[in-house]
Amino acid sequence: MMAMKLELAKNSSVLTVRIRQKLIEMAVPLLFLVLCGIGAYFAQLSPVFLINEIIMRMARNPLLVLALIIPVVAGMGMNFAITLGAMAGQIGLIIITHYEINGITGLLVAALIATPFAVLFGYLTGKLLNRAKGKEMITSMIFGFFANYVWQLFFLAFVGSIIPMRNEKLILSTGVGLRNTIDLAGIRQSLDNLLKIQVVQGLSIPVSTLLVVALFCVLITFFMKTKLGQDIRAVGQNMEIARISGIDVDRVRIYAIIISTVLAAWGQLIWLQNIGTLNTYGSHVQVGLFAVAALLIGGASVTKATIWQVLLGTFLFHTLFIISPVAGRNLVGDAQIGEFFRVFVAYGVIAVALLLHAWQKYASTKKL
Amino acid sequence: MKERLTAAMDKIGLPRLIIGLFLIVFCVGAAILKLPMSMLLSDMLVRFGMNAVLVLAMIPAIRAGTGLNFGLPLGVICGLIGAVVAIEYKFSGLTSFLVALGVSIPLAVLTGYLYGLLLNRIKGQEMVVGTYVGFSIVSGMCIFWLLAPFHNPEMVWAYGGTGLRNTITLESSFDKILNNFLAFNIGQVQIPTGLLLFFAFLCLLLWFFSRSKSGMAMHVAGSNPRFAQSCGINVNKMRILGTVLSTVLAAVGILVYNQSYGFLSLYNGPLMMAFPAAAAILIGGASLRRATIGHVIIGTFLFQSVLVVASPLFNVIVEGSFSEIFRGIISNGVILYALTTGREE
Repeated sequence: MMAMKLELAKNSSVLTVRIRQKLIEMAVPLLFLVLCGIGAYFAQLSPVFLINEIIMRMARNPLLVLALIIPVVAGMGMNFAITLGAMAGQIGLIIITHYEINGITGLLVAALIATPFAVLFGYLTGKLLNRAKGKEMITSMIFGFFANYVWQLFFLAFVGSIIPMRNEKLILSTGVGLRNTIDLAGIRQSLDNLLKIQVVQGLSIPVSTLLVVALFCVLITFFMKTKLGQDIRAVGQNMEIARISGIDVDRVRIYAIIISTVLAAWGQLIWLQNIGTLNTYGSHVQVGLFAVAALLIGGASVTKATIWQVLLGTFLFHTLFIISPVAGRNLVGDAQIGEFFRVFVAYGVIAVALLLHAWQKYASTKKL
Repeated sequence: MKERLTAAMDKIGLPRLIIGLFLIVFCVGAAILKLPMSMLLSDMLVRFGMNAVLVLAMIPAIRAGTGLNFGLPLGVICGLIGAVVAIEYKFSGLTSFLVALGVSIPLAVLTGYLYGLLLNRIKGQEMVVGTYVGFSIVSGMCIFWLLAPFHNPEMVWAYGGTGLRNTITLESSFDKILNNFLAFNIGQVQIPTGLLLFFAFLCLLLWFFSRSKSGMAMHVAGSNPRFAQSCGINVNKMRILGTVLSTVLAAVGILVYNQSYGFLSLYNGPLMMAFPAAAAILIGGASLRRATIGHVIIGTFLFQSVLVVASPLFNVIVEGSFSEIFRGIISNGVILYALTTGREE
């Protein structure tokens, strides 16, 4: 009798502990759900518009966030250098725009061109991060900045002068350097329009793009079950043990970053085909920041991230993105405050998440 | 011979060597193109003085063992608040500079203390956390600049907008207050005496501090925390001290920078401030764990001089904002080099 009671008490306490743990895990997404709710209340947007915007963003953004998962599992933290993947994607787009390859063929050709660039960039990033173990995140971030300036050097100064390229649509009137904005009319929404269902006026669902996103979610899940996927997980859990059990740690880490970079390249393609214009010197700059913030808002940490967190985070972050300028304008009479607020949220979320993680890690090493 | 060569290379350090070579090549280029050398030299001196204090702010952080202080924007914001307060109450001349210092230094002490407490809880990840804490505070402060109750028409938008302007002129307050102090000319080269003296004064203070008991203790705590602990030094306290000093120097540094520049830049102005400062001290030969005043002087001089010579040179050769790209590649490249060649660990 006594034993049974004890057992029961133990069970219930286990249950409460479990609930509490789940709640702590969900604390960040819940907080942002509340923020979105408050924002939506003040923004007073029409539901059709809001739903349409959210669906559009849920189609074009998740692949860029998905690109972050594998480095996290590999124990390398947030790969801020997916900027380089985005650049690879943009190289593909610039080339197909130059040769005027249009439609879905154009997009596929762009992906084909982008992939080897992404593999190369990923390889370089991986090599670099292997030399900075324990400092991967800051290194990937600085490498992203560095690459951005190399990008500018290349496309602002070299194209047209050292690399011969003549195309009035692309090159500045001086003959050197790419234009600030490049019209991607040829491939605009070519993937979205492949299969698009209009539900009501002003609300349409880009089924084809959503299917591509779903496909990649499934692929990543399967990939993690393969030999390489398991190796990546092992390296992420403990580099030393992985090394002893015969895994080439450095090589596995490079693979993880290459996959991440390639996914980012394709993600940027999907994003830009929806947007329809390439901001030559700006489209890739914030990619890392927004993807990392979205993933963390979804409840992920620097060491643990799942596909559901990608989807949830993308949903919450981008809902906030749509709502906050309008809510800011209605509340204070200034849309700019909403703009500032969402940038603040993006940076702030990353700061707090990194802080909590580093704190936990430090606390656990102190206990040992 | 080869060994001695590599030993010499090690001593000079790759970043210093490359930037030094750049400087020589650019100077020769400038001479060939007959660019006005006296103007370039004057610019070098001014740019050196205006940036040097911000670079100096890296020293206490590195010495206390928290690495490069990518949280520098925190101190910068304290400095900006001081400047904005001084302008709001219409102080002018030297008084306005002193008021700005007087307001910003206590603020920076407080901010540095809190930031130091934070850094003590995240040992080993100071740089990445610092970067994002800096970024988020800068973007949070954007909202403050927009809503803060300032009224001086020099600072708020004249009409149609709310909040403080993006750039605020210092003409009526402390524009060039240090640069023009005792300034004189050698030939056509203008020497910004006050600016250089002020920097020298801060160097001297820092030098005295590093010779003092707490300065020594901070150094030991930074270079070997375990040993420091066994000597009875409170490592966490020393790290906080280093962070406070670094933040205060950043606040003073931005005021020095602004008085030379002639404008304040608010909003996203401070966002990327930490990176060129970090790059400069690394170019000077510092590492993530070792930094001296000599590194600051050499590094700031090399980095700023290269930029000064590069910009007119590039304008002659190629079009566009090439010098900005050059600056970005150098500063991020140097930081990457330091992060990926951890020979001191």
